[in-house]
Amino acid sequence: MKARGKFIVGSGIIIVTLFALAYVGYTQSKTYYHTISELSTLHGAALHQRMRVSGDVMAGSIAHEDGHLHFVLEENGKELPVNYVGTDPLPDTFKDGAQALVEGRMSPQGSFVAEQVQAKCASKYQAAPIGSNMATAGKS
Amino acid sequence: MDIFGSFALLLAFLAAVYAFVGGLIGIYARKQLLSKSARHAGMAVFGLVTLAVASLEYFFFTDNFSLAYVAQHSNRALPGFYKFAALWAGQEGSLLWWSFLLSMFAFFALFLNRKRHPELMPWVGVILAGVQIFFLTLNNFVANPFNVIAGADSSGVMRMAELSQGSGLNPLLQYPEMVIHPPMLYLGYTGFTVPFAFALAALLGRYPGEKWIHITRRWTMVAWCLLGAGILLGAHWAYAVLGWGGYWEWDPVENAALLPWITGTAFLHSVMMQEKRGMMRVWNVWLVFSTFMLCILGTFLTRAGIVNSVHAFAESNIGSWFVGFLAIVLAVCVLAWYKNRDYLRSDNQLDSLVSRESSFLFNNLILLAACFAVLWGTLFPVLSEWVTGSKISVGPPFFDKVNIPIALFLLFLTGVGPLLAWRKTSFDALKRNFAWPLGIALVVGAVADVLGFRNFYALMCLILSVFVTLTIGSEFFRGARVISSRDHVNFVSAIGELTMRNTRRYGGYIVHFGMVLIFIGIAGRAFSVDVQKQVSVGQSLTIGPYTLVCQNFDSPSNANYSSQRATIEVFRHGKSEMMLYPERRLFTASQVTETIVAIESSPLRDLYVVYSGIDPDTNKPVIHAFINPLVKFIWFGGIVVILGTGLAMFPERRTALVLRAATQPSWSDAIGTGAAHAVISPSTRSGGSYKSRTEPGDKS
Repeated sequence: MKARGKFIVGSGIIIVTLFALAYVGYTQSKTYYHTISELSTLHGAALHQRMRVSGDVMAGSIAHEDGHLHFVLEENGKELPVNYVGTDPLPDTFKDGAQALVEGRMSPQGSFVAEQVQAKCASKYQAAPIGSNMATAGKS
Repeated sequence: MDIFGSFALLLAFLAAVYAFVGGLIGIYARKQLLSKSARHAGMAVFGLVTLAVASLEYFFFTDNFSLAYVAQHSNRALPGFYKFAALWAGQEGSLLWWSFLLSMFAFFALFLNRKRHPELMPWVGVILAGVQIFFLTLNNFVANPFNVIAGADSSGVMRMAELSQGSGLNPLLQYPEMVIHPPMLYLGYTGFTVPFAFALAALLGRYPGEKWIHITRRWTMVAWCLLGAGILLGAHWAYAVLGWGGYWEWDPVENAALLPWITGTAFLHSVMMQEKRGMMRVWNVWLVFSTFMLCILGTFLTRAGIVNSVHAFAESNIGSWFVGFLAIVLAVCVLAWYKNRDYLRSDNQLDSLVSRESSFLFNNLILLAACFAVLWGTLFPVLSEWVTGSKISVGPPFFDKVNIPIALFLLFLTGVGPLLAWRKTSFDALKRNFAWPLGIALVVGAVADVLGFRNFYALMCLILSVFVTLTIGSEFFRGARVISSRDHVNFVSAIGELTMRNTRRYGGYIVHFGMVLIFIGIAGRAFSVDVQKQVSVGQSLTIGPYTLVCQNFDSPSNANYSSQRATIEVFRHGKSEMMLYPERRLFTASQVTETIVAIESSPLRDLYVVYSGIDPDTNKPVIHAFINPLVKFIWFGGIVVILGTGLAMFPERRTALVLRAATQPSWSDAIGTGAAHAVISPSTRSGGSYKSRTEPGDKS
């Protein structure tokens, strides 16, 4: 076989192997993003996938019970009870009204079992101009 | 004073437009004087953007909170060091910083070549100006850092306002490396614009010969080295500040910086195929084009926040500008290539699978596969939302599965490739060059396996690292032995002499060795362990050989932040070894917390201790401790890579003693056959002497 042909065969083997590896990695780590309102429309296998859901932490909903943390996420009036089972202490930005992103699975009881919780302050850095009564205008 | 900065920025925009339009007319109307004035305008952009940057820095240092950008990213108590760095803390400033570094590169590219390449440089100037116009448009009209704060008063008249205090710099950015990491990364991103301009200019102007590829290669090395340094500094920052025990998490912003670095690496290798064998011309041009486009994409991903990321700087409206610009660049590249594709025809074909050419081809194939996989994984949430309507992200397992085998294969090529001869390598040469290194590496691997080193990938990495190090070492050894016996100098100065005579080759070996060190460091991650425990004063946790005892908790504070701090005494085998002070800081201006990790670093392992906060149920402090083996190899390897790159760019020392032109397929083969005393000349490297011995073969 000529060198060019051998090279093409070799490349083919490499590429097919990498595709197979990529597929395995993909099935192991794919995570869906869903909104809280979408959750009620999911059923069957889609409901049991690993997913990320974001929303605002409902004021006054954070509670500690038997070593676990419970809270409620809300988005556009829809609510989702969350049960945090991870071991890392939550970030300080996690408080009433903060935007939170939870990662985990739905439990059969309809609450969300979160392994990870990320949170950011509702109005940090870029989010809003300083002084809510002032607008950031152009050069005046 | 705010007028001054924004006026300089506007003038810079106009100068860039003039450089672009004037340059184009100069080329087509063949008006040399116009081309010259366009070049001057292109260089003037640098001066004007510098004035704008200086003016913005002045506002930061004088705490002028009438500027929205200053008020959002600084406060009075911020140390001066960080007031300087606050320039690139947000979107507007970062884009200004991009323009500044780009204009600096453009200035030097135009200035250093002002008397050279009269056919090529006008095109280069036009392309550089084109890119500058895009960024200066953003600076002036989309994300202007000089916007002032104004509001309507009670009678409805707009008035400028000055706040008494700013909202502070993001605490994650208040770390010494954050002062050098972004400029380094941006130097890398912007630096790739110059090779892009040269490649596109050569294609558009049908510049004869391979001269442009030499210029492009040098600039690519500069940009590649800066980008690599920027990536490593970023990784070190993540390691020291984010407090999760790692340095790389396949975050979109990390990936964005890695992509052009990968294609840049591919280009630096495949460019040799073009220099020595006249092959891969189309491929090389497209590698330069894609590297530049990936740099723009990287800036876009960093700034526009379309993909969820820990960085999540901003979600903004500039995304469509970047998409539009990328589309224009792609269209120009495709058109330029299509119109001039005959100019890029190859001289030669692949002769054998066991040859230097084929090792470069595999190197490129595999690097491009890595690049594609990383790009695909990074953009997957966006792509899947377009195609299926649901947003799906892929995590580290996806990236690891694909990239670890690729990395190991690359490591293998690093050892094999440089010692293979061009065109075809004989079995004898293979045996001579590789029998010992491979044998020793396998023995080391077997010993490690017996000693309980069972992680497959880490074991492969160990074997390959030993193999590559030995092949590199043998290259230095053989060359230096020849010089020392011929010139009667000692061995160490012979190594120096050897290296300085062919800086490009031996600099390259040093870069390869640095990469081996980095790979060893990354493989150490497989053996990382961590323990998380609630501890109050007097209690302890045990990790590996260490016992950590909490001695005290206190809360030191200053004007900028207040903090909680743990004092931990570390015992090893019952003996007190050191004190560590992990800390959590709450920044006064921004009310954001930051982790200050306590790291005790030694060459073989890092002890990494994080104060993760107070458990709300028990009110006890939580300490998270990690043992991360070999991490130091990564940082040290990075330094070796930078030094090697610097060496490879160093002009080669010419030797007066050229005995005979090289007739052997490669330096190492030559030495191996005992004819070494005949090839002590840098001509092995120059394409010229090589060509003379391949051409007869090509005709046959």
